[in-house]
Amino acid sequence: MGKYIVYRFIQAIPAMIGVTIIGFFLVHIVPGGPAQAMLGPKATPQKIAEIDRIYGLNKPLIVQYGIWMWQLLHGNLGQSYFYNQSVWSLIAVNLPRTLAIVGIGILLAHVGSVILGSLQAYWKNSWFDYTATAVTYFFYAMPYFWLGIILILVFSVDLNWFPSGGLSNPLNPHPGFGSWVAHTTLPVATMAIGTIAGWAQYMRTSMDETLVQDYIRTARSKGVGEVMVVMKHALRNSILPLITLLGFALPSLFSGALFVEVVFNYPGMGLLFWNAAVQRDYPVILGIVVLTGLLTIVGNLLADLLYGLIDPRIKYS
Amino acid sequence: MATPEAHLSSPPSLPLVEREGPSREWKTFWSNPLAWIGTILLTLIILFSFVGPVFYPASPYTPHLNAALAPPSAAFPLGTDSLGRNNLSRLMIGGQLSLEVGFAAAFVSMVIGVGYGLVSGFVGGVLDAVLMRVVDVLYSIPSLFFLLFIDSVFKPNAVLLVFVIAMVSWFGVARLVRGEVLSLKRRDYVEAAHALGASNGRIMLRHLLPNVMGVVLVSTTLQVANAILTVAGLSFLGLGLPPPTPNWGQMLSDSMNYMFQNAWWLIYPPGFAILFVELCVNFIGVSLHQAFDPRLRR
Repeated sequence: MGKYIVYRFIQAIPAMIGVTIIGFFLVHIVPGGPAQAMLGPKATPQKIAEIDRIYGLNKPLIVQYGIWMWQLLHGNLGQSYFYNQSVWSLIAVNLPRTLAIVGIGILLAHVGSVILGSLQAYWKNSWFDYTATAVTYFFYAMPYFWLGIILILVFSVDLNWFPSGGLSNPLNPHPGFGSWVAHTTLPVATMAIGTIAGWAQYMRTSMDETLVQDYIRTARSKGVGEVMVVMKHALRNSILPLITLLGFALPSLFSGALFVEVVFNYPGMGLLFWNAAVQRDYPVILGIVVLTGLLTIVGNLLADLLYGLIDPRIKYS
Repeated sequence: MATPEAHLSSPPSLPLVEREGPSREWKTFWSNPLAWIGTILLTLIILFSFVGPVFYPASPYTPHLNAALAPPSAAFPLGTDSLGRNNLSRLMIGGQLSLEVGFAAAFVSMVIGVGYGLVSGFVGGVLDAVLMRVVDVLYSIPSLFFLLFIDSVFKPNAVLLVFVIAMVSWFGVARLVRGEVLSLKRRDYVEAAHALGASNGRIMLRHLLPNVMGVVLVSTTLQVANAILTVAGLSFLGLGLPPPTPNWGQMLSDSMNYMFQNAWWLIYPPGFAILFVELCVNFIGVSLHQAFDPRLRR
């Protein structure tokens, strides 16, 4: 096991370097740099050249990459071109906000899909199973942003229960916990509903496969109650695919969060990335790409290792 | 909502005998009501978009400024947009572009993924390790990042969009095919083909390719759904295809501006159009999965 972990970590290093190379060169190959975005129509070749010189964009690309990598290895993601802040401080402000909606969303989605999928498998081919399948298919097919729009239309425009976007009310100088809950409910609901829809079907299939296993029959014949059979014996094994799913789902959760943040104008990593892309704020873009790349690689690694931890039948060598 | 299906389906053990006639798989497929619902509904949507304008020739471009943002009426069954353009005509024409790009992107990503996976799995060794690390790297970069950048370098047009979406969605297929090939290439019939002097290219194309097509078909179907969503999402972010030719994603994102005027006739039709296509494609994909994955066959 220990050897396997070390092996996997070593394997992750070239992947991480690859992420930095592709990210860096793609960003810098794009014509129309930050100078163009900053100056707009007032841009003259002299001014562009001056801004390029200030940011070191006139050096050969490979040198720029070297400088950037050197900083990165020292944990320095550089300075934003537009916000007069370091990339780290921007991430430090925005990441917790995104983690809040994605984290709570995933948590709800996990609990929801485990319960829904297990019940569906338990009452397989009943009206409950069919209805739940139809509903999950419906939401699974729904684009995140459209789901968000509909939630705004219903709960914000029509019912006026929740604000339609943002993180706080600008008229309220001391937004408290209540305001935070009100502003995050719809984004979290969008993340959770979209995710449950996909995961419940995995859970259903997995639980379905588990419930016909011999050891479940053994447990039942030994007189173990139905609740214990499902909760203790079957759940532990059928929850495995959902754990790997979480590790692999990170990139798609990131893009999901971007759409949700754009729809709700929720200031998180997605919106930060989106604005940085529009403004050509290279250090911010690259910082986020490197961070998501790292999270994805670590996520896959953890999913792999957790798999072995939960399922003793899997042995790594 | 990406489909991580690809990571879960383990290599199925395919029958060793050569198949004959319309196979058992297809019979299983057509015995599934979901397959019928999906196919029929998808056909209707395709007819609506491509044949509909013949029967309903109202122009999707002519502005009726005196009837701007009009709710549904006899003259405009689905109302009009902010420029007073016929929303029903726009929905039909918009479907053409969305469907074409979706299907074409799925096809191109399938071709790239199958080719890459076949070579990687078949050749094996160092090449396989390198090719798979490349996939790992590409997989770890958020695909929106690629899309945003490629999209801002070139003026977006339909053909470019097809290739851009294909470029960010072939990794899953490649991994899947490689896994299949790894298990298939040790089979007796591949050994036999080697012994008979078949070239590597022939073994890949004649013996391995037909046997991976089952899984590939499933993942390509789901890829169509993904591609249509991606087109819609990009348009939503303002990166899609330039006007005037409408597409569903763009219509949806435009409609957001009239959310507070409660212009529901602009918000629901393109949304449901995307939703129904997604549903149909997923129904077909799931039915294919059940038919071609022997573990799920009952």
